[in-house]
Amino acid sequence: MQFMLLFSRQGKLRLQKWYVPLSDKEKKKITRELVQTVLARKPKMCSFLEWRDLKIVYKRYASLYFCCAIEDQDNELITLEIIHRYVELLDKYFGSVCELDIIFNFEKAYFILDEFLLGGEVQETSKKNVLKAIEQADLLQEKTETMYHSKSFIGFKKAY
Amino acid sequence: MPAVSKGDGMRGLAVFISDIRNCKSKEAEIKRINKELANIRSKFKGDKALDGYSKKKYVCKLLFIFLLGHDIDFGHMEAVNLLSSNKYTEKQIGYLFISVLVNSNSELIRLINNAIKNDLASRNPTFMCLALHCIANVGSREMGEAFAADIPRILVAGDSMDSVKQSAALCLLRLYKASPDLVPMGEWTARVVHLLNDQHMGVVTAAVSLITCLCKKNPDDFKTCISLAVSRLSRIVSSASTDLQDYTYYFVPAPWLSVKLLRLLQCYPPPEDAAVKGRLVECLETVLNKAQEPPKSKKVQHSNAKNAILFETISLIIHYDSEPNLLVRACNQLGQFLQHRETNLRYLALESMCTLASSEFSHEAVKTHIDTVINALKTERDVSVRQRAADLLYAMCDRSNAKQIVSEMLRYLETADYAIREEIVLKVAILAEKYAVDYSWYVDTILNLIRIAGDYVSEEVWYRVLQIVTNRDDVQGYAAKTVFEALQAPACHENMVKVGGYILGEFGNLIAGDPRSSPPVQFSLLHSKFHLCSVATRALLLSTYIKFINLFPETKATIQAVLRAGSQLRNADVELQQRAVEYLTLSSVASTDVLATVLEEMPPFPERESSILAKLKRKKGPGAGSALDDGRRDPSSNDINGGVEPTPSTVLSELEPPAPESPMALLADPAPAADPGPEDIGPPIPEADELLNKFVCKNNGVLFENQLLQIGVKSEFRQNLGRMYLFYGNKTSVQFQNFSPTVVHPGDLQTQLAVQTKRVAVDGGAQVQQVLNIECLRDFLTPPLLSVRFRYGGTPQALTLKLPVTINKFFQPTEMAAQDFFQRWKQLSLPQQEAQKIFKANHPMDAEVTKAKLLGFGSALLDNVDPNPENFVGAGIIQTKALQVGCLLRLEPNAQAQMYRLTLRTSKEPVSRHLCELLAQQF
Repeated sequence: MQFMLLFSRQGKLRLQKWYVPLSDKEKKKITRELVQTVLARKPKMCSFLEWRDLKIVYKRYASLYFCCAIEDQDNELITLEIIHRYVELLDKYFGSVCELDIIFNFEKAYFILDEFLLGGEVQETSKKNVLKAIEQADLLQEKTETMYHSKSFIGFKKAY
Repeated sequence: MPAVSKGDGMRGLAVFISDIRNCKSKEAEIKRINKELANIRSKFKGDKALDGYSKKKYVCKLLFIFLLGHDIDFGHMEAVNLLSSNKYTEKQIGYLFISVLVNSNSELIRLINNAIKNDLASRNPTFMCLALHCIANVGSREMGEAFAADIPRILVAGDSMDSVKQSAALCLLRLYKASPDLVPMGEWTARVVHLLNDQHMGVVTAAVSLITCLCKKNPDDFKTCISLAVSRLSRIVSSASTDLQDYTYYFVPAPWLSVKLLRLLQCYPPPEDAAVKGRLVECLETVLNKAQEPPKSKKVQHSNAKNAILFETISLIIHYDSEPNLLVRACNQLGQFLQHRETNLRYLALESMCTLASSEFSHEAVKTHIDTVINALKTERDVSVRQRAADLLYAMCDRSNAKQIVSEMLRYLETADYAIREEIVLKVAILAEKYAVDYSWYVDTILNLIRIAGDYVSEEVWYRVLQIVTNRDDVQGYAAKTVFEALQAPACHENMVKVGGYILGEFGNLIAGDPRSSPPVQFSLLHSKFHLCSVATRALLLSTYIKFINLFPETKATIQAVLRAGSQLRNADVELQQRAVEYLTLSSVASTDVLATVLEEMPPFPERESSILAKLKRKKGPGAGSALDDGRRDPSSNDINGGVEPTPSTVLSELEPPAPESPMALLADPAPAADPGPEDIGPPIPEADELLNKFVCKNNGVLFENQLLQIGVKSEFRQNLGRMYLFYGNKTSVQFQNFSPTVVHPGDLQTQLAVQTKRVAVDGGAQVQQVLNIECLRDFLTPPLLSVRFRYGGTPQALTLKLPVTINKFFQPTEMAAQDFFQRWKQLSLPQQEAQKIFKANHPMDAEVTKAKLLGFGSALLDNVDPNPENFVGAGIIQTKALQVGCLLRLEPNAQAQMYRLTLRTSKEPVSRHLCELLAQQF
């Protein structure tokens, strides 16, 4: 995978992960172009498109678009399920994830992604193992810190 | 309690993010950000030392600001400080900041690398993983220089935790992709392959990606991965849907790992070991069988994961291209998907079928789906799916269905999205030419293209129709009639005017007998378009007019009047003005005979590969034209539809009727030219290399043959001297005029090889012999060129070939014993002295034929040297006047893989490489 972008229906970028070296300028250009292309597509259209010499795989979850750029030989369907597994991971971690979780806890979204994908390749597909890694990190945290519960905007189902 | 509130909420950050979200305008947002930046700057600069939490919070805010799209030019130091914190979240934020905002500040890089080094050595797996993630995320060369050597050790260390191994594998992969030279191969590679056997599925998942990448460069080193991958795959495929616990995804066992294993296998030819192969074929069949079973879940995730494996399996089957049964099954499976209600599956089935279409085993099976695909082109609502359908139609096209496919594509073109029109135009043009049985159909098709999508018809396409019409006299009359009719449309595209102008200028006489298209009618029709056209088209039309004066003397007065008009003679455009002036003068001063010579019909274009094909390939990247390049599917098409093509840069000048620059020069009698220098002769004909290759291992044979001329070669070489006899046979009954074959030394060759010859005169009819005396002065890489020029029936002919003199002709075989051989082999052990090539066999692998070729190549064949009797070993000395070059060679055939490995060692680097290249093409 060359990169992954999360953006809202309004075209606001929520997460960007680049697995190939690109300048900031190029990244911005690519983002602008792709957000425009994907948002212009109608629902029910297929989830894949050719873009430059890459294949774009995208899927919309509620207000968020998840969009991956993969190379010619890469498998589109499995990429679609990479997106879904990532959504599941976020969901499990945040408890019914919504866009706001990703806005306010953007760093967590990056940490979870790093446990799941590294260098553009799937590192660990077991939901348990990925969350265990994040969970352990949370346990390592200092209890003395000021606590802040952002319950006003994060709904949750259950603790994992 | 939700995981997020386990103690790391940063209140200040949340407030800041809320503030930004509440900003009503971009300006307000920028104002708020600037305020925050000023605040953070002052905190960082302040006298009071910040505690870790505050530092983390501010660094996190900076990161947020950066990710919003604003520039950040400070805070890097504070982030680096966080790296050495022993509090996990502080370290984590530090690493995230560094990963996102890499800065090449050398001072910082040193500090960052130091922190990473400490964490890698910490033996704390969570810290080690953070450090590895950071290296993988940055993936820069500097990181590679610092850590590429350490990571393999971590990866294969017995005491590394599973999670560390996973991160290390993918971290190494990223570094290898960025700078392969920095990752040292070694003893660890064998152990990496064995990670495929690891108990932990996550480790296997990460390791397969690494191996897939590494094995592409070093297939032999990783060969053992084939059987390991097959047995792993077989265990997954045959496991029940719950066996793999958390690695089962919606009732599909380990889909990601399965796809990756199938990808890895695509790096290799089918397994050589029969048992492994059997097991693999069983796996592939199981996957195909499972596709027919009822789904275990209605969730789309289930079917996606299952089908991801299925499509990857089909890719592997296509990659092997050796199991007709599996190929046909794959095709049937894809056929089912073509009508699936999921758009995604229809898209992928069309895409995958495109590659199936080029396999000889499944081409026919693909063709049975033509109606479904045509229907997809007409009815799919998504343009990207329609595009795939068009691609597939193109790929499945052959002579049997060309008319249907071309007409469907033409119909689609009328409503096609603008973005893909040009590509469709190219495809139609290529198919029409490739599969034309009668050329009137071809001409109709191209004119339709111009009519429907004139703006998207590129120069290559309309040049091409002119070339074909010029070269085929059976279609010229039809073409003239058809363009004439097309031009009568009230609004016709400028490209139509160009094609029409050119064709009528050349062949308008063929329809002049019909009063409805008499010369004056043709002229006034063309001239009625003149004022609406661009300069380039008007220039072309002026050339048509002067050609008309020659074809139809009765139009002379009218045309001269047009040329003489002020709007032409004083045209602001210099090209138009010059043409008008020169054509006017030409038509007034030249006699009818001279005029007829100057304005003679254009000679046929040389036969070459289609430039449209090249253009399509450029547009689509390599492989796009594959359906047409590989002749294997339809070899018969080459004979009647063999391409004719001027290279793009020369296209215009070749197409232009003669005389734009200086028409007068053409009136001079073309005297026999002096010996051409290298710059005077044309480039070698495209097949020159292939012809040369035929003579690497033999000295006698036919070097070249066309309808007019045959050139035979007979040669002998001794030490550094050689003599070559060239036989020119005139196949026509007419004499060649000004026949002049000459030998040219391009570049430095003059100092490397001396070829002396006398010029020969060919009186025509019979065969003439030319003797060349050759002396090899020093080692050389490029062969001399043979330029043959003559006039046949008034048309100049020029032909440039490569003379079959290659360095190996000066080989002297040397016999030696095994011991001597190995001693010399070791002496030539510098890397630059060795050249090696691993390549697929192009001919049946017959030991006797190979032996004959090696002897023909010039070296001695040494028996009982190589411990493996299948291998060939040879030795010899290349004799040149200045020096002698000792050569040793070894050829290792691998009958199962149908591959060879060829190794050459000589005392001179370029010679090793050159000999290796020459010889590798012989098998």
